[in-house]
Amino acid sequence: MATRAPDRLAAVPPDGPVRSRHRLRRHLVHQLDVKGSPYAYVAPFFLLFSAFGLFPLAYTAWVSLHEWTLLSDEHTFVGLDNFRALLADDYFWNATFNTLSIGVLSTAPQLLLAIWLAHLLNRPLRAQTFFRVTLLLPNVTSVVAVVVIFSQLFGRDFGVINWMLGWFGVDGVAWNEGVATSHVAISVMIMWRWTGYNALIFLAAMQAVPRELYEAATLDGASGATQLRKITIPMIRPTIIFVVITSTIGAMQVLAEPLLFGTYSISGGPDRQYQTLSLLIYENFTKLDFGYASAISWMMFVFIVLVAGVNYLLTRRAKGGLT
Amino acid sequence: MSARTAAPAARRPRTTVPAARRSRSGAARRLTYLTLTAVAFFSALPLYYSVVVASRDNAALADVPPPLLPGGNLFANIARVFDTVPFALAMLNSVLVSGSIAIAVMFLSTLAGFAFAKLRFRGRNVLLVLTVATMMVPAQLGIIPLYMLMVKLEWTGTMYALIAPALINAFGVFFMTQYLSRALPTELLEAGRVDGCTTWGLFWHVVLPAARPAAAVLGMLTFMSAWNDYFWPLVVLTPEDPTVQVALSTLASGYVNDYVLGLAGTTLGTLPLVAVFALLGKQIIGGIMQGAVKG
Repeated sequence: MATRAPDRLAAVPPDGPVRSRHRLRRHLVHQLDVKGSPYAYVAPFFLLFSAFGLFPLAYTAWVSLHEWTLLSDEHTFVGLDNFRALLADDYFWNATFNTLSIGVLSTAPQLLLAIWLAHLLNRPLRAQTFFRVTLLLPNVTSVVAVVVIFSQLFGRDFGVINWMLGWFGVDGVAWNEGVATSHVAISVMIMWRWTGYNALIFLAAMQAVPRELYEAATLDGASGATQLRKITIPMIRPTIIFVVITSTIGAMQVLAEPLLFGTYSISGGPDRQYQTLSLLIYENFTKLDFGYASAISWMMFVFIVLVAGVNYLLTRRAKGGLT
Repeated sequence: MSARTAAPAARRPRTTVPAARRSRSGAARRLTYLTLTAVAFFSALPLYYSVVVASRDNAALADVPPPLLPGGNLFANIARVFDTVPFALAMLNSVLVSGSIAIAVMFLSTLAGFAFAKLRFRGRNVLLVLTVATMMVPAQLGIIPLYMLMVKLEWTGTMYALIAPALINAFGVFFMTQYLSRALPTELLEAGRVDGCTTWGLFWHVVLPAARPAAAVLGMLTFMSAWNDYFWPLVVLTPEDPTVQVALSTLASGYVNDYVLGLAGTTLGTLPLVAVFALLGKQIIGGIMQGAVKG
């Protein structure tokens, strides 16, 4: 393209000052179009992100340094007092523990299952599309629907799950009363909703792995499990890292599941046994204590960066062990 | 996948399947199908169960074993949903909000994706990395100032509060960048330039038609996630003028013991999406397969 434009200029020499001024203007407009429009095209994203993503993030930091409620117009600057109160707040540490516990319980089995399912789907199969579509079905179901349905399934007296446990002689479990049982129940809901989606992401990456690698391995007599471990997982590592990080971020922000599981209890059950950090933020938000809620938000952000960073390093390390 | 289905059955390359693999395949294959069928079954089960409960009455919930087939009360229960919450209004709001978000995301993401994939400009790589990095910023973190902003703009309780922050997202930009850099031949754009097209002309006449398959997938995914968005609408809307999810949460929270009512509403709010998905699921899956290859 760049070589073509001078050609044309040379082919038709300017024949007069008027034409050349006109040509100059056209040249400038063209230059402006070529140089300027890329910025104009990416601008909407950055403008909207600044207004509705970046500004709130920065403003949250500012609010967290204040005694700030909607009830009064006075916002006293209190420095790090909110954070100091937070570190001494048992509810905060309880919510942190719950978030991490539900996060590990839901994410770790989910990702292993997703890789395995993707591996199964990555072979020539009949009815492939059908299986893939059903994998995404839970993700289409809204979170409210998921929790209402699962709360019913996890019911103590008449729930299907306790009814089935009864076949094995297990007494009815009050799923929403205990810490461990409620965490398991909530994790099951999260897993149900996201495993298929992640499996599809893994599958997309697996399809880009060269077939010859598998053929050679099969000739060498490597089993399916060995191929998964020695070929597939190392080859799709970037995707694994991506999914681990996005799942981590998602898990640290879990809110709708515990909120609805407690039939809309913002304390996450009577003893706060499943109150997550997001839920604690929401609780303080509804109390209109914006300063304190903002401080929790920022602590949550720090946790997300920490946990995502640790997971990033661990997933990268896993590569070293395999190759 | 298309290559395989296109090949005539007679020419199926039997010889490339090594003998070792074939001898193993019997049992392993059966196990694979069994597992996948079980997964499909459990994926559909809760939805089916919600239809079963929604079509019965509250007394049936106490039955042991639980009811396995739908009863005859579905329409009566749905009528109760419409009596309890403004469900028709909620549906209308949800269609409006999700539809406008989907259209805006499709258009703006294609525009930005075109620039990132095919135009050369200073700072392109930095800006692209920045775009992807913004995916790491958790959306919930800014809820409080975002709410205060909406109060200032006097948008609380209105659909603007839902639409404005969702008009574009990093995932969409990234998705379209990936697609266009692979699917749109640069020669086509050069030819357009030679014919005297402006950049905007190229976008309108060449890029938009070429982007249509991926944009449609992006639109569907965006529509579904906007439809299912829960927390932000809950914070910023009122129960009198809700979206479907807010209306459902009213049903799920206010009427603790009326599970049948809750599940009737849930079924009603989910079925349109499931129907669309049943029709277009194949295209959506195909799009995810194309767009998400590189993590």
